[in-house]
Amino acid sequence: MTNINQDELNCQEVVELVTDYLEQALLPELQAEFEKHVAECPGCDTYIEQVQQTITMLRKLAEQPMFPETKQELLEIFYNWNQG
Amino acid sequence: MNEGTFQPEHTPDISVVQQNRAGSHQADSLASAEDLRMVEALRSGDESAFVLLIDQYHASMLRLAMVFVPSQAVAEEVVQEAWMGVLQGLDRFEGRSSLKTWIFRILTNRAKTRAQREGRSVPFSSLPEFNSELAEPAVEPERFRGPDQQWPGHWISFPRSWDEIPEERILSQETLTRIHEAIDGLPYGQREVITLRDIEGWPSDETCNLLGVSEANQRVLLHRARSRVRRALEKYFEEE
Repeated sequence: MTNINQDELNCQEVVELVTDYLEQALLPELQAEFEKHVAECPGCDTYIEQVQQTITMLRKLAEQPMFPETKQELLEIFYNWNQG
Repeated sequence: MNEGTFQPEHTPDISVVQQNRAGSHQADSLASAEDLRMVEALRSGDESAFVLLIDQYHASMLRLAMVFVPSQAVAEEVVQEAWMGVLQGLDRFEGRSSLKTWIFRILTNRAKTRAQREGRSVPFSSLPEFNSELAEPAVEPERFRGPDQQWPGHWISFPRSWDEIPEERILSQETLTRIHEAIDGLPYGQREVITLRDIEGWPSDETCNLLGVSEANQRVLLHRARSRVRRALEKYFEEE
């Protein structure tokens, strides 16, 4: 059994770095440590996958079409402005 | 050209494009040549240019307005007001921001003003949200081994993968409702950031420009918001 090195990231620290990691904002050294941890830790690997799945689901909320009547109202606004 | 249909890709004005690149490290900080042509087309009364603009932005504006005002009906009104503001303000558009940022700034100002009139206390700045004492951890501390235990800070039990959850459940209306509820519970700054970045898919530079926050602060807000939504989903998927 390997001893845990105090300098290495633990899971509680990794979950707080996930956004910086996905935004590619970690310094190279920290990014390397992060990736090393995740490669060896199924829990954190699953966690990151969940965050990515969350982002995918959030994107689904944008799939709402505009109502045709709204468009008609907006065109009237444009028409009135253009006349005025 | 004023008579015809608006052409989005048409002889770019090189000087403006270069000024845009050289002017700032943020790609979004000045109007593009296309923005300026769009403004010109609108000023000359080109309806097809306006249609292009509303097809591009109206739905996003509605979702962003919903962050601040209490109902879809009020949000629709706010967005219409914003479009009027855009048209009436065209002569004052100086190209010091992209047209998109300018339009959404008009929208968020109207939405915040309207929210205050509706009795909501919406701060015009998200700065108070950076108070680290108010920060909640991404994951409940009790999910990790304590400092006196072996392997401190490591998972007590791993999160369960969502890969086995049927697609119908992942994409169900109930799942989307849970996500909406989680977002509705967030402070305004976090809601704005997660709406722009993850729902609308805006890049971070545009988001920072609109909100007037640094990249680092934007990441803080995004992190807290995403963490909260993930937690809500985990809780929901664990329910049988």
